[in-house]
Amino acid sequence: MRVLQRFYLIEVMSGVALTAAHFFRNMSGHVRHSLGQKGARGAVTIQYPEERRPYSPRLRSLHRLVQREDGSPRCVACMMCETVCPAHCIYIVATEHPNPEIEKMPARFDIDVGKCVFCGYCVEACPEDAIRMDTGILEFASYSRRGMVYTKEALLALQPAGPDGRPQSTIPIPADREP
Amino acid sequence: MPKLTINGKEIEVPAGTNLIEAARRVGVEIPHYCYHPGLSIAGQCRLCMVDIEKAPRPTIACNTQAVDGMVVWTETDRVKETRRSVMEFHLINHPLDCPVCDQAGECWLQIYYMKHGLYDPRMTDEKVHKPKAVPLGPHVMLDAERCILCSRCVRFCDEITRTGELGIFNRGDHSQIGLFPGTELANKYSANVVDICPVGALTDRDFRFQVRVWYLDSTKSICPGCARGCNIEVHTNRRRPHHAEGRRVARLKPRPNPDVNGWWICDAGRYGYGAVDDKSRLLAPSRREGGAVTDATWDEAIAAVAGVLARVAPDEVGVVASPQMANEDLFALRRVLERRGIRRVGFRVPPRAPGDEDDFLIRADKHPNSLGASLLGLDGDVAAILAAARAGQVKCLWVFGHDLLASGWPETDVDRALQATELVVFTGPNANATSERAQWVLPAAAWVERDGTYTNCAGRVQRFRQAADPLGRALPEWDILGRVLVALGAPAAPPRAERWFGELATAVPAFAGLSYRSIGDVGQPTATGAA
Repeated sequence: MRVLQRFYLIEVMSGVALTAAHFFRNMSGHVRHSLGQKGARGAVTIQYPEERRPYSPRLRSLHRLVQREDGSPRCVACMMCETVCPAHCIYIVATEHPNPEIEKMPARFDIDVGKCVFCGYCVEACPEDAIRMDTGILEFASYSRRGMVYTKEALLALQPAGPDGRPQSTIPIPADREP
Repeated sequence: MPKLTINGKEIEVPAGTNLIEAARRVGVEIPHYCYHPGLSIAGQCRLCMVDIEKAPRPTIACNTQAVDGMVVWTETDRVKETRRSVMEFHLINHPLDCPVCDQAGECWLQIYYMKHGLYDPRMTDEKVHKPKAVPLGPHVMLDAERCILCSRCVRFCDEITRTGELGIFNRGDHSQIGLFPGTELANKYSANVVDICPVGALTDRDFRFQVRVWYLDSTKSICPGCARGCNIEVHTNRRRPHHAEGRRVARLKPRPNPDVNGWWICDAGRYGYGAVDDKSRLLAPSRREGGAVTDATWDEAIAAVAGVLARVAPDEVGVVASPQMANEDLFALRRVLERRGIRRVGFRVPPRAPGDEDDFLIRADKHPNSLGASLLGLDGDVAAILAAARAGQVKCLWVFGHDLLASGWPETDVDRALQATELVVFTGPNANATSERAQWVLPAAAWVERDGTYTNCAGRVQRFRQAADPLGRALPEWDILGRVLVALGAPAAPPRAERWFGELATAVPAFAGLSYRSIGDVGQPTATGAA
């Protein structure tokens, strides 16, 4: 540490000066921009959540289960995602499908989002393209750990994000939270 | 004995050995589907092709006997190309529905494709469709599309059970396995066809969709279903407890042992493990006083039982041991009896209905260790003990495992004997009508939750190993009896089943010279042999 840095007040004042310089530079930029000087720009702030940056189309967001034409899950409960999941957050219980051509389907398909690390391996491993992470939903919170578990029905009801990357379906409200 | 060379390694094998077995001895694996050492040779699958010097073309190894001076090559380019082509043929009409197939993970089509196939499929036509998910009997499900027509199951039903329910019907690529009209695959050994099916054509209805096979752990064990003591593997699911409703034992599979069961087990034994994860399991030592049942600690329970044994005269104690107990447990019991001089002991309780028996594996005696119990000198008259109890001569009756009220004896007689006894102690893994009448219940670990040995009907001592943790606070019987022994004033009791067996081998002449190491995986006959 240099001798000057040892004097607390000098370093604090230089920090305040830096912050103030940015503040006034941005303010003058915004004021000149609003007065018609198009070349002048200040720092950009996004008014989240009313305003959002566009998401990348490759973003991994909340999972959804893809439906067949009749509305049943496309998933055949092969347990590939459950096996590959490094966080062990997928819980599948298999059962018989009435159609012997399909044979197998999940009776239960729970994802504990509280444990999920959003690696996307489940999507990679799925041989049926039955699970995707394209809902565009990133805001999910809950007052309890149980509320972070999304069931088969909840995951089947989700829609893919729109072309602008915005969620098409409402953000699911876990069981323990009042709307 | 012919001497031949396989991949440059010389080996001498008994006359009549085929090339697959000869190669196995030098550590060379020749891929095959239809060949099974327990069945006749069919030569159906054509996968086991090898090159033999001076032979014009590749030859099937399963139907070629080793001959003196034969020079065999199993990995030439020609053999590899042949295998790849045969694999491509086998998979032409295969539905590739591995995601829904229970065999996935232990399927020889998957294994051999990765090892010997890896071709680019050229099949562009519509595949032939056949029936799927067809129940053949109470235990077996057929998927005709996955079948490669190796005919192992047909030969099993023709040669082993001699019931002949299965056949191959139709021709060409419409050939399929099926039942003869009016029959059902319901013989006593039917589920063995699932084990020998190399693909997912025959799957187990009991195991269907329960657990994926790669989640299972395998432990070498012995079937406790009858006196034969078939060698088995216990497959437990420890990694995914939400599967199969939390049952820890997922399935039992036969383990080859030519001296006992060959490659097979009966269906009764295969599906006889239900009591292990049953609601009736006893989880904690408990005391019954005036109709109220309260849980106790092991220290309290052992002190109470040992206190009574020490207080009551030895002639006033009756012990009904169980042939379901391992040799180690029975020897620990013998030590307790010797310490107090108790002579009223027996283990034979007649069943209500005579046990099913046949001339292959199934024995009428439905207990795994009856011979062990009699070699240990516990073969007394249980009926006489109960008669003495009715006459008021027995103050303490210790019952192991049996449900005396469901035995071949009249229920009223047993009921009067239990009523006339001051203290009834029950030790066993599962609750039953007799345990409901006991003042003290000491929960025992089930056979998959502990180590031990059984002596089968031919006098062969065989080891079973721990595959799961005991449920609740249950303990192996040798541990319970060892604690009682210490409470009765013995200096110490062996802390492991293996040490108990060591003491047993020293003390009982029939077991002399035996140890867990010498018994190994396939068992060892007792010194006296069959009884």
